[in-house]
Amino acid sequence: MKDFIIPGEDTDRGTPAKSGAPVTLVVDGIEVTVPEGTSVMRAASEAGIQVPKLCATDSLEAFGSCRLCVVEIEGRRGTPASCTTPVAAGMVVTTRSEKVQKIRRGVMELYISDHPLDCLTCSANGDCELQDMAGAVGLREVRYGPGETHFEVRSGGDANARYIPKDDSNPYFTYDPAKCIVCNRCVRACEEVQGTFALTIEGRGFDSRVSVGAPNFLESDCVSCGACVQACPTATLQEKSVIEIGTPERSVITTCAYCGVGCSFKAELSGDQLVRMVPWKHGKANRGHSCVKGRFAYGYAMHQDRILSPMIRDRITDPWREVSWEEAMSFAARRMRGLQEQYGKNSIGVITSSRCTNEETYLVQKLTRAVFGNNNTDTCARVCHSPTGYGLGQTFGTSAGTQDFDSVEHTDVVVVIGANPTDGHPVFASRLKKRLRAGAKLIVIDPRRIDLVRSAHVSAAHHLALRPGTNVAVVSAMAHVIVTEGLAAEEYIRERCDWEEYLAYSDFIRDPRHSPEATEMLTGVPAAELRAAARAFATGGNGAIYYGLGVTEHSQGSTTVMGIANLAMLTGNVGRKGVGVNPLRGQNNVQGSCDMGSFPHELPGYRHVKGAEVRAIFEQAWGVEIDPEPGLRIPNMLDAAVMGTFKGLYCQGEDILQSDPDTKHVAAGLAAMECVIVHDLFLNETANYAHVFLPGSSFLEKDGTFTNAERRINRVRRVMAPKNGYEDWEVTQLLANAMGANWRYTHPSQIMAEIALTTPSFAGVTYEVLEEKGSVQWPCNEAHPDGTPLMHVDGFVRGKGRFIVTEYVATDEKTGPRFPLLLTTGRILSQYNVGAQTRRTENVAWHDEDVLEIHPHDAEVRGLKDRDWVRLASRAGETSLRAKVTDRVSPGVVYTTFHHPDTQANVITTDFSDWATNCPEFKVTAVQVSQSNGPSDWQEGYAAHAERARRILPAAE
Amino acid sequence: MSPEKMVMMANQIATFFRSQPGDDQPERIAEHLNDFWAPRMRAQFLAHVRDGGQGCDPLVVRAAAHVRAPVVRAD
Repeated sequence: MKDFIIPGEDTDRGTPAKSGAPVTLVVDGIEVTVPEGTSVMRAASEAGIQVPKLCATDSLEAFGSCRLCVVEIEGRRGTPASCTTPVAAGMVVTTRSEKVQKIRRGVMELYISDHPLDCLTCSANGDCELQDMAGAVGLREVRYGPGETHFEVRSGGDANARYIPKDDSNPYFTYDPAKCIVCNRCVRACEEVQGTFALTIEGRGFDSRVSVGAPNFLESDCVSCGACVQACPTATLQEKSVIEIGTPERSVITTCAYCGVGCSFKAELSGDQLVRMVPWKHGKANRGHSCVKGRFAYGYAMHQDRILSPMIRDRITDPWREVSWEEAMSFAARRMRGLQEQYGKNSIGVITSSRCTNEETYLVQKLTRAVFGNNNTDTCARVCHSPTGYGLGQTFGTSAGTQDFDSVEHTDVVVVIGANPTDGHPVFASRLKKRLRAGAKLIVIDPRRIDLVRSAHVSAAHHLALRPGTNVAVVSAMAHVIVTEGLAAEEYIRERCDWEEYLAYSDFIRDPRHSPEATEMLTGVPAAELRAAARAFATGGNGAIYYGLGVTEHSQGSTTVMGIANLAMLTGNVGRKGVGVNPLRGQNNVQGSCDMGSFPHELPGYRHVKGAEVRAIFEQAWGVEIDPEPGLRIPNMLDAAVMGTFKGLYCQGEDILQSDPDTKHVAAGLAAMECVIVHDLFLNETANYAHVFLPGSSFLEKDGTFTNAERRINRVRRVMAPKNGYEDWEVTQLLANAMGANWRYTHPSQIMAEIALTTPSFAGVTYEVLEEKGSVQWPCNEAHPDGTPLMHVDGFVRGKGRFIVTEYVATDEKTGPRFPLLLTTGRILSQYNVGAQTRRTENVAWHDEDVLEIHPHDAEVRGLKDRDWVRLASRAGETSLRAKVTDRVSPGVVYTTFHHPDTQANVITTDFSDWATNCPEFKVTAVQVSQSNGPSDWQEGYAAHAERARRILPAAE
Repeated sequence: MSPEKMVMMANQIATFFRSQPGDDQPERIAEHLNDFWAPRMRAQFLAHVRDGGQGCDPLVVRAAAHVRAPVVRAD
């Protein structure tokens, strides 16, 4: 197995690839054929000839400002810039004539006359395009004498007014105007790639400077995605890590471990020291783009808080004791087996991680099924996308999104519902914004005015600001409009869907009680606006729906997912590019953990444990009998623990105490267990209730695969040795073997081979295939050897698409005199989930505490001002945090994030859940907000408890 | 799990299937419980219904007849 490969090639061809009819031309005597619309510069590069360039890079459209790439073309006058000149049939191009060489040297000489000659001590030394081009054009002297410059601190004894000192306000990169050649690449990257428009060029001519329109980068609109740093040809925008360490000398392609977009990165190293993470331009999910988390926030992997030795304790009130791996495993195995003997086989279980690899997740569910002998396995997808699995399985026949991310480039109308892509899935958001700037229409359905509703050069055609908890009513009203106004795609429905079920659905949805006018009072969405949105979606061309946890985390989460599927089928929007139903997955491997059989009712590949044939496959592979009964889901485990029937838990890479609802109930459940094994990087909140702590390894320290939201299986490659000594799959194997299993995996590729052997949709997946193709989207098998970018192309996987009746049912979580406001929760760009990783990085510069967003009207009647401490209370509990007064939320709605354990927003959330899957209703909690002096008693008590629970005895010498 | 919570969950499931066309709602509710509720939860549910089914939606009570009683296994 090769550990270090760079598939594809990384040559910068200067301008983006085009698709068009083939055109043949001759460059420096070499014949080359390229698609129509390609630039002469790119055609030359395809022919193996690199035309010198500075302002061009193939991630950006040609700009034509540096004049370094001039060429001569037979029959044309002058020396056109090759980046902005499209190819033509029969063109004869000369890139190295004496004339153009002379021009280039002249251009370079001018550039260098206003650039410091400190190459040897410059942080970009060896990684500088200006330096490379000076060499390439043969610049040997700079004849311009002393004069005005932008880089000299003093000129003629006085301070140089043109000199601007370095801006190091951003925690991850610096902006050094002295090194800037004003090529515009950063400004264009911010616009074209990221879509934030934080940068501009101010002034003109010699006065031109890059500007952030703010005192510095940190205080500007910059979202620190790194696109400008990536685009900068000099040391002007440079990673601080490179300044500190030096240039990297090798790289490993791997996959980001943050959100479900699953961006490909080049981990660039110097020895085994990680210098920087650079988005990989051939990554099919991200196409060379990144966000602040994946690009920069990897420092947690080296953080001093990481626990590197196993620890045990008899009681959770004892301090931790560091022990050997052997002792930890035998302690854990003895306890777990003892619990089974005393309380029964079903008294223990596991929680698999949506942050770990497919191979690791597969082993954890195998541990419970093959070693514990029960089906008590669940994953954090329970609390995020379990309704997606159920709803899409029922309607389409597969529990996954229908498209690849590239599909958005062909979309005409986008519906974003219950998702905030610019914060939660930033790289997808950038791709979406690019499409919106090109003219696609946007409909946002969200209680909050998320950034997409209105930001630079993007605005939603319709924002349906519904009351939290009324998704089903809104989605059904849209379907009502489509059906009653005759906009349904009946031909498509007849061909692809169950017609009888459609007729029943059509009768149901036509009823006036579903009309926007009838539901307006309930949902708060003006009927006319809703009608207009429904018409736009049904008639606007390719319609795609992207949704997130604002859909699923409700008591009717599964019903809304079905309603979304109904909308897509009604309008004929499944089965081709540019359309589809696209769940945006929260964590990196939510899709994979679901695929791998983490749910208690189904084996890998979404096959119910009741099926004897399916069980037989695994019984044969594993040599054990498999329990045909469904096991416990996470909330059921906690309920059973409180009742005294569930006693032991192995929890890998998840912090249920902070991430799951109704913290007090979770704590009570954990406290009632007699053996809690936490396998994690850090002593997380759940570990406060643990008896065994097994140190985990970060994504940089292991081999495996992640599956992103588009079903894409991406390789995770080991960049450095595990600091704790073992990759996580090895730790699970140690535990299994300590409990009597005889597993002998020596590499994750063997685990993938077992997955492929047992799971039809993965039958064609091997590490060799992944090396060769870079990545594949499941199903990948004999019928689809290259994987499946688009699902349901020739018909739905289940046969005929099913319309399901979606009756709106109000949640029992209702506002009243005691709790008059509705709390909804979400996340923010710079932080991730419970923050265990991002809080241990410089990302805290952007968000160091959770705040409560409250509408000015609600704030005023409570006498609250911005930044006041406020008490937030529900029937489940209370906490306190600072208020942010903003009209992003509607009156009656408040909003916060759950990234910080000292706020613990989940003390407030209740144990209500989705009817079908028990996915918690995070998004609707009736609350009251009032003035406060500081942290609540609960918070102070919790902090004290957490400190006590984290004591570690000094190691005995 | 507390009886109130169990009853609430069962009633939520019944509420969904009540809205569905056809006349097999009790069977479909039972199928859902058989597929997703662990044996001990189903046993608790069946015992609750046997004891009068306090708080249960009438549809839930009708579904109980189709809920598979867990096989008592020697753990």
